[in-house]
Amino acid sequence: MNELSLHILDVCENSIKADANLIEIIITENIKDNTFKIDIIDNGYGMSELTLLEVSDPFFTTRTTRNVGLGLSLFKMAAEMTGGNMVITSKLNKGTTVTTIFEHNHIDRSPLGDIEDTIIILVLNEKDIDIHYEHIYNSKVYTFDTREVKKVLEGVPFTNYNVISWIKNNIKEGIKTILKEESR
Amino acid sequence: MKSLDDLKKIRDAAQSKVTMRGKNDGMRILVGMATCGISAGARPVMNKFVEMIADYKIEKVTVTPVGCIGECAIEPIVEVLQGEERTTYCRVDEDAVERIVNEHIIGGKVVLDYVIGKYRL
Repeated sequence: MNELSLHILDVCENSIKADANLIEIIITENIKDNTFKIDIIDNGYGMSELTLLEVSDPFFTTRTTRNVGLGLSLFKMAAEMTGGNMVITSKLNKGTTVTTIFEHNHIDRSPLGDIEDTIIILVLNEKDIDIHYEHIYNSKVYTFDTREVKKVLEGVPFTNYNVISWIKNNIKEGIKTILKEESR
Repeated sequence: MKSLDDLKKIRDAAQSKVTMRGKNDGMRILVGMATCGISAGARPVMNKFVEMIADYKIEKVTVTPVGCIGECAIEPIVEVLQGEERTTYCRVDEDAVERIVNEHIIGGKVVLDYVIGKYRL
């Protein structure tokens, strides 16, 4: 996977399987500290301590069709390649948090990529899941929240293409704006 | 930036031509979106479906991300469901999406070149 947003999509699919109805994705770019941090926080059914120990092992998976599971292992490797790391905390029936830290200017740090495409796919999921996206670049913050969008939409479904393209544009432009403002 | 006012306009336009429908009504397109699918390129495939269906204003078709069905080597896998009929496509890319939409979704004819097991595995 050559974009961090693909890893994010992958981890969020775990949250969806864990029956989460709210997923928070928080990206924190701090140029001074040279860090790029991704927090993925869900309120799904969480994991036991035992599962937590095994979860980033490629030969651990909850699926029944085979006995490898690469999602978290690949994400962890991507972080470690840049001198970063991954921390997972989880409480049964409370939820799980996956925090991944990358070195910001490391040559092996993949770009974030098309995060708006990732969010669209999460929004189009059959289960009714709310997404809170926050992108912090130094002191500037952009947020997107499906709960606010729903309030405006008054029952018009997310599957409406104009809604989809509005969301895509909003996220794309929003991130561009904070980057521009900060570099001024 | 696209503002909330724009979103309100979109809402009003959508409400005025109410075509509300059940979620499982009509044709369904399922795109495998587990680790295997994502790394094989399922995200652009799904987005292409969404875009084309909107472009052609095709009604009663939904596109949904789903998990892994256990054939990771031939991802991205796309299933088209219509009533009792289920077609499974494998190694789908954006060109394949164009053919599936034009020939299968619109034309009603299965695109044999991409069907699992029949011509390629």
